[in-house]
Amino acid sequence: MPVITYSEALRQALREAMTNDPRVFIIGEDVVHYDSAYGVTKGFEKEFGPERIKDMPIAEAGYAGLGIGAAMNGLRPIVEMMTTNFAILALDMIINHAAKLHYMFGGQFTCPIVFRMPNGYGQLSATHSQAFDNYYAYMPGLKVVVPGTPYDAKGLMKAAIEDPDPVIFIEHTGIYNIKGEVPEESYTVPIGKSNLLRDGKDVTIVGYGRMIPYCQQAVETLASEGIDAALVDLRTIRPLDMEPVLESFRKTNRAVIATEEWTSVGVGSEIAARLYTEGFDHLDAPIWRVGFDEVPMPYAKNLEAHVVPNADSVIQAVKNVLAGKTQKIRQQ
Amino acid sequence: MEKQDLLADYRTMVLIRSFEEHCQQQYTRARIGGFLHLYVGQEAVAVGAIGALKAQDHLVTHYRDHGHALARGLEPKPLMAELFGRSTGTGKGKGGSMHFADKNKNFWGGYAIVGAHLLLAMGIAYSIKYKREVLGQADQDGVVMCFFGDGATNGGEFYEAVSMAALYKLPIVFLCENNEFAMGTPLSVHTSVTEIHKKASPFMPGERVNGNDVEEMRARALYAVNHARTEGPYFLEAMTYRLRGHSAADPQMYRTRDDINARRSGDPIALLKQKLIDQNLLTEKQAKQIDKEVEKEMDVVVQFAEESPAPDLSEAWTEIYSKPL
Ligand SMILES: Cc1ncc(C[n+]2csc(CCOP(=O)(O)OP(=O)(O)O)c2C)c(N)n1
Ligand SMILES: [Mg+2]
Repeated sequence: MPVITYSEALRQALREAMTNDPRVFIIGEDVVHYDSAYGVTKGFEKEFGPERIKDMPIAEAGYAGLGIGAAMNGLRPIVEMMTTNFAILALDMIINHAAKLHYMFGGQFTCPIVFRMPNGYGQLSATHSQAFDNYYAYMPGLKVVVPGTPYDAKGLMKAAIEDPDPVIFIEHTGIYNIKGEVPEESYTVPIGKSNLLRDGKDVTIVGYGRMIPYCQQAVETLASEGIDAALVDLRTIRPLDMEPVLESFRKTNRAVIATEEWTSVGVGSEIAARLYTEGFDHLDAPIWRVGFDEVPMPYAKNLEAHVVPNADSVIQAVKNVLAGKTQKIRQQ
Repeated sequence: MEKQDLLADYRTMVLIRSFEEHCQQQYTRARIGGFLHLYVGQEAVAVGAIGALKAQDHLVTHYRDHGHALARGLEPKPLMAELFGRSTGTGKGKGGSMHFADKNKNFWGGYAIVGAHLLLAMGIAYSIKYKREVLGQADQDGVVMCFFGDGATNGGEFYEAVSMAALYKLPIVFLCENNEFAMGTPLSVHTSVTEIHKKASPFMPGERVNGNDVEEMRARALYAVNHARTEGPYFLEAMTYRLRGHSAADPQMYRTRDDINARRSGDPIALLKQKLIDQNLLTEKQAKQIDKEVEKEMDVVVQFAEESPAPDLSEAWTEIYSKPL
């Protein structure tokens, strides 16, 4: 099977959809003349023509609304937001409109749209290094997909474009270049299905998106030290498929939740709550959560590295859980 | 172009007025809940402007949407049922007063976040052009007409909408109903550019029209719609006045009864009635007859809403997604 990058996997899915369905079109900032901020749709204008992929003005609500209106009227827009930081300017469009249309008009309208947006950081300071996964995952009416492997990136993108409802597709600048096996042929990965990536008997690590490569590293290191960790990739954070997580947790009785977000009131908080409520009888030790330290993101290299999670943070959390320690979340 | 039937317009305006009066009554009796924004005093705008649209044209509006829905020909029964929160309503009782819609009439709904729906309207216009030019659907020649208030022209979404509509030369008419208030805030308090159409003037042609004169409204809307269909976006600012509160529960501390009475001379229904009588197209007796007929129709409409079943509780959980999870 070919080994390709996460970015190339997305590109394959997008190209396939663009080729097969003329209703699919891409809009976003700097997707044409700049050749797309992270290169995912590089060269698409040559391939598909200027009407199928269009540079948008820096008006996030504006082109989100353009996409939603077009989706309501039967097209299949893919809206690329340069990063999740800027996408929050379109929250009204996404939350008050895309997520609500179908319901509040009694099912008369649908909104088949995909919003692509990357999280990420890299000495970009406070406004350019955030994660808002929980904002979208909070909202009935949205589906929120966060692939952590190239295989899932392609299959979930195909599923997102084919889905008849609004899908928030969260990528990550830190993993566009990771590699993995990706079939050349067309396939979809179903939205709303978690995936057990590794079975284990000592502890269940739950994560998604950018944390998956870190978790995979952590699991290997832990194995070399004799700790047998299971790893579940949520892949989708709304709808949330807890069954594979609970199934593993019933065997391990211990859990670490690894999400790249501020820990309090995050997606990880929900997973912890579900483990406590649905898995209470199986709980042998306090759950630990791994995330950003709760500070605005600093610029200096050492400070930034200090407050973001990585494979080591996951390893440390696993050891703390196995030692039965209690986590104190620090907010100041 | 078909000649405007002023008598038919008169009847529709009376129908809207009567529908709204019945809404107020039913609200007072607590059969209608939530926010109820009445259209009393602004009837000529909807009837004049929407009469300029063809069946293939599209309409997007805000929460003050009853008049637009009725002018577009939506049946009053499912509208009243929606207000009563009944399963026979246009939104099966999930939307209420602010969210009337009828997909079959290209009535894309009332939206309740001030200024936001201008962007959806712009997107629908974009899709029409895309369907024609990219998908080769030659019959896609519809125009989108988007209604909003004076208060909706200060936020960023307004400027994004007019700017992008102009950039892509979209078939869209922006129609601002300037009723001189944004809730209780007077026009001159909420904007420095009180001639609202000038706010869009760097982007598209536009004009101010007398929104209380259904004939002028129709004539200028026809011009605007034709411009949108053949050249690109157009902006209409319809001057009008809301004779009721912002919503049914508004104590109207921002104006006096005298203020309102002074504006009754501009009541579009009274104006049209006088015009029709002057032109020998209507007599006082016939006008009374129309009132009576409409009144009777409304009794049936209210009765329909009353007798309709409330939605089954399971409805709370349907249509969250079009493909259930
Ligand atoms: C974004 C937003 N802010 C505030 C409100 C509350 N609100 C509803 S209508 C309204 C006034 C709008 O006035 P205008 O646009 O002139 O329309 P009109 O009600 O006069 O028809 C306000 C402040 C809202 N619905 N949405
Ligand atoms: Mg107003």
